Amino acid sequence: MPSAGAPTAAPKRGGRRMRPSRLLFVVITVGLPMVLYLGLVIWPFLQAIYYSLTNWGGFSSSMDFIGLDNYKQIFGDDVFMKALRNNVILAILVPLVTVVLSFVLATMVTVGGSTTGAVRGLKGSNIYRVVSFFPYTIPAIVIGLIWAQMYDPSKGIVNGILTHLPFGLGDRFNSFAWLGETATAMPASIFVIVWGFVGFYMVLFVAAIKGIPAELYDAARIDGAGRLRTMFSVTLPMIRETVQTAYIYLGVLALDAFVYMAALNPTGGPDNSTLVMSQDLFKTAFSQGQYGRASAMGVVLAAVTLLFAALVFGVNRLLGGKADK
Amino acid sequence: MSAVSTKTPQSDGPQEERKRERGDLGILIGSHVVLICWSLIVVLPLLWTLFSSAKTTGEIFSGPFTMPHDIIGTLKDNFSSAWNDSHLGRYLLNTVIVVGIALALVMALGSMCAYTLARFPFPGSRAIYYLILAGNTFPIFLAIVPLFFVLKNVGLLNSLPGLILTYVAFAFPFTVFFLYPFFRALPAEIGEAAELDGAGDWRTFVQVMLPMARPGIAAVTIFNFLGLWNQFLLPVALNTDEKNYVLSQGMANFASSAGYEVNFGALFAGVVITVIPVLIVYVIFQRQLQGSLSAGTMK
Repeated sequence: MPSAGAPTAAPKRGGRRMRPSRLLFVVITVGLPMVLYLGLVIWPFLQAIYYSLTNWGGFSSSMDFIGLDNYKQIFGDDVFMKALRNNVILAILVPLVTVVLSFVLATMVTVGGSTTGAVRGLKGSNIYRVVSFFPYTIPAIVIGLIWAQMYDPSKGIVNGILTHLPFGLGDRFNSFAWLGETATAMPASIFVIVWGFVGFYMVLFVAAIKGIPAELYDAARIDGAGRLRTMFSVTLPMIRETVQTAYIYLGVLALDAFVYMAALNPTGGPDNSTLVMSQDLFKTAFSQGQYGRASAMGVVLAAVTLLFAALVFGVNRLLGGKADK
Repeated sequence: MSAVSTKTPQSDGPQEERKRERGDLGILIGSHVVLICWSLIVVLPLLWTLFSSAKTTGEIFSGPFTMPHDIIGTLKDNFSSAWNDSHLGRYLLNTVIVVGIALALVMALGSMCAYTLARFPFPGSRAIYYLILAGNTFPIFLAIVPLFFVLKNVGLLNSLPGLILTYVAFAFPFTVFFLYPFFRALPAEIGEAAELDGAGDWRTFVQVMLPMARPGIAAVTIFNFLGLWNQFLLPVALNTDEKNYVLSQGMANFASSAGYEVNFGALFAGVVITVIPVLIVYVIFQRQLQGSLSAGTMK
């Protein structure tokens, strides 16, 4: 007979006694990584909250408890508020554009083929999938650097192509500074992030769509549903969870956005039009040494991130999604 | 899946059917056009980067379509300049060391922890599991200032071991989160059988359970590899000693530090050096990678 500590078919919780060798196993396998995790992740998280309530850095090197003063300061700071606003814009637009675009591309790849006969994808769809995924393998900083060069007013290829537009349309792109104009800096940066992620989510959606039983499509078709109808009434509801996950990941990423913005517009763009909270935080901490205030920015960033995730869960639930498992 | 319904609904007359087929053709062509356009948007910047890495800075400044004069010579100059003068060779080595060790460590620690939490619940194990999940939700930015001082206090700031440990700690929650369901799904009878055969916990884990969770482990390894290879914030904040730079950091430095004197030809060569190895690995392993993505969505 296996000893008392052996797992049964459905491992039960509770404090049954383990034999010493198993106890040692559990202590090592859980304890060892947890020491590292607590020390380098959880502890800094907790400390950040405390730092945010102190005046550490700035004019004195002492650390006094000052309550919510840092928060009052950053919420009264136009630059930080602008960065916060930019982050919110990013968190709305980046997931929206990326998810819609990758969903459409994934649908085309998987069910874009003939409507007669079995559901089938496009010929050569594998090539599209492989190619679209390329950007995901490129480090984000390099994506930023490539596009900073692409957008360059005179030597970049974006203007190089656009200046060739017919009917005098091309003239306006002569030396147009995509990242140097307040009106275009943000949209151009959003496009870069979308460019980097569409392929990944397209592949993710393709995998999810392929998991949908073919009978569902057949049934929808017999009921006379057209393609658009099938897309919204069969595909989308069936991969709802995947879309939600994608939305949250992309939103969290857009709320950081540090690496892209650091590569595209290290100084925050014209009139701070692309400045994000993470850049402001980094500067406040590591250039100005105002660790207390920077930590308060970190807490705000974390709060916005959690709020965003809660919002996505809430909306998904309102729209009739499953409650969490 | 094939031949489930080779006939369209009977109610459709032949005319309907013809119309539908014509519509099919339109959508078929439309889909191809859209997908080809997107593929071009993806590939053109990469080809242009490659093309520009064969140009001198002067040629780059004279316009995006200027042909390079001496392709082989300039390529050689640019790549040797990026590799040697800008130290990308050293940064690449640092990256390989840091990512390689961190990846091995986090996979070992993460799978051990996920296995135990999934299979040997003990009082408090649930709380530990949720504590680990919480690590996925908070942005690294929240921790970065204290992290800086934690590493400083233990003397690991600006060192490769410090960077490795940080990488491991921050990749750990995702690893556990992803592997937990895989270990949970393994039938308990197998563990019992191994035990009856006299295998200890370690042996059961390494020789029986790990191989059975292989699809999950492969998927997390790939994700962690890409994530760690691309990591930017942690090295930029915690590893400011120039000789310890990793590739992503070195590239950013390369692009910004020299100001107007940037050797753009070499910059493009540097981008190519950074991108090519991973791209090659991806093209070889893309089947597994895409498979692992579906493993992740279908659990």
